[in-house]
Amino acid sequence: MKWGIVRFPGSNCDQDLYHVIRYILGQKATYLWHKDTDLQNCDIIALPGGFSYGDYLRCGAIARFSPIMQEVLAHASRGGPIIGICNGFQVLCESQLLPGALIRNRTLHFVCQHVHLLGEGPALKQTKLYVPIAHGEGCYYNSPDGLKKLEYENQILLRYCSPQGTITEEDNPNGSLNNIAAICSPNRRIWGMMPHPERACEAALGSTDGLTLFRCFLQQISTA
Amino acid sequence: MNNTLNTQDTFTTAARLGLTEHETQLVLQILGRNPTFTELGIFSVMWSEHCSYKCSKPLLKKFPTTGSSVIIKAGEENAGILDIGDGWAICFKIESHNHPSAIEPFQGAATGVGGIIRDIFTMGARPILLANSLRFGEIRGHNPQALHNRRLLAGVVAGIAHYGNCIGLPTVAGEVSFDPAYEGNPLVNVFCLGILRHQDIRLGRASGPGNPVIYVGAKTGRDGVAGASFASRDLTEDSKKDRPAVQVGDPFTEKLLLEACLELFQDAEAVVGIQDMGAAGLTCSTCETAARGNSGIEIELDLVPQRETDLDSFSIMLSESQERMLIIARKGHEDRVLNTFKKWDLDAAIIGTVTEDGLMRVNQHGTPVAEIPARRLTNEAPIYRLLAQPPASSTHIPPQPNLNNLELTAALGALLSSPTIASKRWIYRQFDHMVRLGTILSPGHDAAVIRIPIHEDSAESPAYKYIALSLDCNGHHCALDPYTGAQLAVYECARNLACTGARPIGLTDNLNFGNPHNPHVFWQLEQATEGIAQACIHLGIPVTGGNVSLYNQSPLGPIDPTPTVAIVGLIDDPSHITPSYFPTPELDIWLLGHPYGHLGGSQFAKEILGKKSGPCPQLNPEQELALHHLLRQLIAQGHIASAHDCSEGGLAVAIAECCFHPLHPVSAHCDLTCFLNPPAQTCSFAELLYNEFPTRVVISANQNNAQKILESAQAHHIPATKIGRTTPHDSPLTLQLANHKLTFDRAQLYSSWATALESIMQLQPTT
Repeated sequence: MKWGIVRFPGSNCDQDLYHVIRYILGQKATYLWHKDTDLQNCDIIALPGGFSYGDYLRCGAIARFSPIMQEVLAHASRGGPIIGICNGFQVLCESQLLPGALIRNRTLHFVCQHVHLLGEGPALKQTKLYVPIAHGEGCYYNSPDGLKKLEYENQILLRYCSPQGTITEEDNPNGSLNNIAAICSPNRRIWGMMPHPERACEAALGSTDGLTLFRCFLQQISTA
Repeated sequence: MNNTLNTQDTFTTAARLGLTEHETQLVLQILGRNPTFTELGIFSVMWSEHCSYKCSKPLLKKFPTTGSSVIIKAGEENAGILDIGDGWAICFKIESHNHPSAIEPFQGAATGVGGIIRDIFTMGARPILLANSLRFGEIRGHNPQALHNRRLLAGVVAGIAHYGNCIGLPTVAGEVSFDPAYEGNPLVNVFCLGILRHQDIRLGRASGPGNPVIYVGAKTGRDGVAGASFASRDLTEDSKKDRPAVQVGDPFTEKLLLEACLELFQDAEAVVGIQDMGAAGLTCSTCETAARGNSGIEIELDLVPQRETDLDSFSIMLSESQERMLIIARKGHEDRVLNTFKKWDLDAAIIGTVTEDGLMRVNQHGTPVAEIPARRLTNEAPIYRLLAQPPASSTHIPPQPNLNNLELTAALGALLSSPTIASKRWIYRQFDHMVRLGTILSPGHDAAVIRIPIHEDSAESPAYKYIALSLDCNGHHCALDPYTGAQLAVYECARNLACTGARPIGLTDNLNFGNPHNPHVFWQLEQATEGIAQACIHLGIPVTGGNVSLYNQSPLGPIDPTPTVAIVGLIDDPSHITPSYFPTPELDIWLLGHPYGHLGGSQFAKEILGKKSGPCPQLNPEQELALHHLLRQLIAQGHIASAHDCSEGGLAVAIAECCFHPLHPVSAHCDLTCFLNPPAQTCSFAELLYNEFPTRVVISANQNNAQKILESAQAHHIPATKIGRTTPHDSPLTLQLANHKLTFDRAQLYSSWATALESIMQLQPTT
């Protein structure tokens, strides 16, 4: 598998993702410049975390109009796999590749900490994970109908939960509706998540659960 | 020269800009004519304390600046550089943004972060981490002052988070404390560290006559005009009027500027010299690069990218608009420079050339507006030897409490929930402290430990260097005795590093003091610098650079002297990285060092007894150094599982903090009876539990290592006493003192410590 990591001006988790894909997952990775219009035959497109275009206007709202995003949209329409992490998730929602929106955290503060996550759906089943989040605008929002559709189509991948794995309001770090931390497209090939799995792939950094998440993603896109 | 002021206007304008009469005479003498308004502005900012260190320079000379690992010495460039082996080096510095943060906390703190990051990447280094040291007045209570201080804290934290998070640098360490001494004058000191290969070092020098001078980054506007002069005055009731002297930060532009500069540096030829435009903006960057390069610079202001029309030459030269750099390119490589910045959508313009005559020559619309010998603005700026006078000696009797068990028990909870000691999670949770995948020991430990990848692109799996970082200063101690207080700060910092297994390699300092023309304040500065110098010499580490921030006083008076220090250390083997928290139950708990001391200068005296007086804790530098060696030896031999130094709150607080691992906490039972009634003195319970003498560390270890620990400690002449065992997290935390047993609910203590700051920040004013 060859990964293409899109670099928008203001992306800042691009190098972290590159490190994990190349050295931990042992796969090929290359950077894609936002002004480019060629995906360089990448199999997987990754939209990294950061503050693309300074998060001006709305997070991800300007990145959506980057030349490279036209190619990413075409890749998606061909059923190509995409993963968006943090700001990448925001870009995916702004580009309408994933439903809903990410708005200011309930506390109005940026929040950086490890959180407990409970997986669901065919890819992540009931896996319990411990992965960091780091965002100011990670409160997942969708209309009641939109939420129903997500539940019905099994598009929810991860929810914030307690250390024991129960979904409680107390363990919701940003006010996301239904504690939603990650979702996928109906064809299950586009994943968007606020947690940073790339920050949890080495024991030295406190958790290797991010690796589980990447492997589940790879498993999913190889079968779906 | 046209537009020169007449002599009377020269003196009145100069006075308004903060130049003394003597300095104005000097200006006339240097120029051999009357100055223009712009020239006076240039002299006023370059000769401000902020840029010239005119009052502090003689004191800074005492600092040791050399050493086998020093590549760039303090004061020579924007930041010092130290070798860390294998062809790699680190570059770090701390800088203050106190005055701007006092009147506009969000932008003041944000631009402080932006400024220190530029200082690092202008040296050719990739910035990899941030840290900070903050001081505020009392934040508890419903009164307007407390409310204002909470606003300052919230604004400063949000400002640092805004800039650091957006630019993608982890804020990995910090120290924050609260005291009425900082009422009206908070301190915001920010630290940045970067890495580079030896051959990639860039200097801030304009050399090679005919080489083009290129302006890159954001456009120049009217913000921050003469900010350096503003920072060199006392804060007054009227300081709010100086809000235009506060800059506005745009971390997004700086991120682009950072990436563009580092990309440009990959071309070894294109750049001759580079300097950021920080304090005193275009003025400082042009005359400093010229002075360092033994050359001159001529620029045309019409070519400077400007945010608005009709900016006068004074404003352009003195603007402190952020996210701008000055590059001296090699002639013929202009296009390489301009194209790189174009790729990153940044402004870049050739605004002048390097000359041979040593003059800083500034033109606007083709007409000269300033012509000054560059060195007279920088190296040859006036230097003052101010009067130092110790305050009248007061009686230093240590506070003596007489408390019963119940009061002693209550004191621990009260101390743990006081803002200075309480968990700073409310703060560091707002900072991205994990980006760049380097944070091994995150905020909450004695020192941060970071891994730095080297050779990533050539190797199959990256190799790493491991560095540790700690910042310290106890203003309370420094107020009681600035010499010892400053020494204590340095040794505590080094002790924190030793607790994680690191050996210190260099120090950067931020000297925050009041108005130096007050002889007592200048005496404090003199004493504190001497203390830092002696401690660094003793530890064998160089001072690699730093910052002096004077005039930190509000109408309420000067702040407590606060010589903040940050020490960087190296850990040779990652298996030596040691946490502060007790990791598991069933370990022995030891105290290395003796526990005795009086309560002078302690948080207990301040918080519980309401007394900010008494003698400063005493220091024995030889014992201190021996303790550091002992810790590193025990860690290298794998004999200890955790190490946490005793600082604010003393031994009792240290033991409790060891039980506060956020994910896997344990509890402890400690028996301190053996310390009661030491030979030839009496020691009250309160003194034993809460004194803040240095040179002591609480460690945990497997019981099989007891003999080894005793032997090693004996060899280093450090007392080692087994004081207890770690227990499961749901057991009570107990402290036994002869027949008296203090029992605490561990979870309750943890909760009061962990949530105190958050609860305080949610207090509403009474209406």
